[in-house]
Amino acid sequence: MLDNMKRSILVALWFVFLTFPLMVVKVNTLKNIVEWRWMNMLWVALGAFVLSIVWRWAMVRRDLKSSESDSTDDDQARPGIGQRILEDPKIFKPVLLVLAVVTLVFPLVVDIYQANIMVLALIFVVLGLGLNITVGLAGLLDLGYVAFFAVGAYTYGILNSFWGIGFWTSLPIGGLMGALFGIALGFPILRLRGDYLAIVTLGFGSIAKIVIENWEEVFNGAKGIAGIPRPGLFGLDMTIESATTYTYYLMILMVLFTIFITNRLKDSRIGRAWMALREDEIACVAMGVDMARTKLGAYAFGAFWAGLVGVIFAARNTYINPNSFTFMESALVLSIVVLGGMGSIVGVIIAALVLILMPEYLRAFAEYRMLMFGAVMVLMMIFRPEGLIANVRRKYTRSAVKTEGVNA
Amino acid sequence: MPETKKKLLEVKGLTMDFGGLRAVDAVSLEVSTGEIVALIGPNGAGKTTFFNCVTGIYNPTKGEVLVHPPEKKTQRINGFKPNRVTTIGMARTFQNIRLFHNMTVLENVMIGRHCRTTTSIVGAIMRGASTKRQEQETIEKSYELLKKVGLVNFADEFAKNLPYGAQRRLEIARAMATDPFLLLLDEPAAGMNPQETKALDELIVRIRDTEKIAILLIEHDMKLVMNISERIYVMEYGKEIAQGTPMDIRSNPRVIEAYLGEEADA
Repeated sequence: MLDNMKRSILVALWFVFLTFPLMVVKVNTLKNIVEWRWMNMLWVALGAFVLSIVWRWAMVRRDLKSSESDSTDDDQARPGIGQRILEDPKIFKPVLLVLAVVTLVFPLVVDIYQANIMVLALIFVVLGLGLNITVGLAGLLDLGYVAFFAVGAYTYGILNSFWGIGFWTSLPIGGLMGALFGIALGFPILRLRGDYLAIVTLGFGSIAKIVIENWEEVFNGAKGIAGIPRPGLFGLDMTIESATTYTYYLMILMVLFTIFITNRLKDSRIGRAWMALREDEIACVAMGVDMARTKLGAYAFGAFWAGLVGVIFAARNTYINPNSFTFMESALVLSIVVLGGMGSIVGVIIAALVLILMPEYLRAFAEYRMLMFGAVMVLMMIFRPEGLIANVRRKYTRSAVKTEGVNA
Repeated sequence: MPETKKKLLEVKGLTMDFGGLRAVDAVSLEVSTGEIVALIGPNGAGKTTFFNCVTGIYNPTKGEVLVHPPEKKTQRINGFKPNRVTTIGMARTFQNIRLFHNMTVLENVMIGRHCRTTTSIVGAIMRGASTKRQEQETIEKSYELLKKVGLVNFADEFAKNLPYGAQRRLEIARAMATDPFLLLLDEPAAGMNPQETKALDELIVRIRDTEKIAILLIEHDMKLVMNISERIYVMEYGKEIAQGTPMDIRSNPRVIEAYLGEEADA
């Protein structure tokens, strides 16, 4: 401890020295004098000292934890607080109940602005869950995921502006279009892995945006498509407020639907094949899994969700243009998956809410958004590389009848 | 043995070139029902390359790989994808263990059942009666296999946490889950201590006798090879230099030369 103190003091002094010319000395060119701001020096020293102490303490704790799990040779001996909440039904049930009530009441108590932001956050929850299939389960890095989102949004935009097709018809079409483009992208990159895969998907994302921007006749170029109708309900006329509330509930249903389906797939023959593909491609193929079909399935299925919520996104905004589908959005969705924990559904939901809502409510710090993102990512990689909530493996139970038969 | 032997795998003049390098040169080999056949040779002789050609990981430059599945038509499987070879009924293990580390032991075996089950994406979402039945069958069958290789207590453990010998046995269980008629084992005893090797020895014989699965293995442990195999093929520098019973091989001067280096007659 004393050693840590000493080192932290040294760090503080070093920072004082480094920042001295910047923070302390200020030449006033009007009066031709030097202003000495000694208070700044004190702040720098204090700040550096505290940060250094916290950092050291965190590192010590981390090392302690890893050595502990090494010695007991059981990494599930002390599950994190997240896991404990998830696994203990006594805590889990009330938490779920409270969450359900809050979600249901939310749009009724807050104003339209809040509800609108929440809809956006929920859209990103679904995007995160979709990308989680491709990246978290199947291990196929996709840096151009937003392209599928754009496919969905423009499917609705074009279908509506050219042929006047409504929201509910466009919704499944948008999803299918997303899946179709997922397969189209999947074919050329079946053989690629790791960095190469990242580069090609990155390129695909950029190409999608450039095509949309420059193909005036179909996509209306950079001007975008305006006047897209909000989701309808049996042709009811709705005010903007009630339409937003309606969209909110629609998104909640959408999220539940996504969770339900991804969960079922995860615990199935298909989900296991995806995981095996992520773990070891050669072994996976040698065990009789059709690599092409499994990979394409993962791409198509991940893209399907992006296409689906793309339609809702277009309907929510009533206006789409290429600027909503930049690499930043892809990176954002990927951060959600990495931050939440690869393959973990609850983790992704939390991460999506945090990453989308935080910048909205902390508008004052908007300029530091990327800085914060970067810092959070680095810290996550150091302290919790498995994500906020690690993917817990399911235990399989044998049917009772068979077990008795074996025992007898 | 009154049972008539039937050819299962027939390799004729298999050649594999990597650019100018001929890794396998006109090797022929046969495995019949109920046989344990060993493929031996010094390091770099091309044994694993041979395995990779037979199981579809490489496409051989020349030669024929014919399989005669029991009660089915003969197929020429040159250039088949590995998953098709496995589906036909030839499963393999790897020299450098290739398990799915972040999946449980049971799940590893369940992956082996993949090619024998049919649930599609839609089926998995609907989770109808047939899907549930298939899933339960997969679990039961995988448990049975784990019991056979003595890993049932580790079923819910991550594969990466298993001790080395157990990982090797898990690979065998995973390969067996694909319902093969021929099992190709690439150095199953590598890195095992004598007790583990002995247990493996018994396991392999048991697989042959009770599961009726023929076995082709690459192995360096001569004691294991001589103990259990009916016939042995020897490779050196990509060429087949000898074949025969363990007795023949033991006394074959070419083999002794290959293993001990040339006699000090120079």
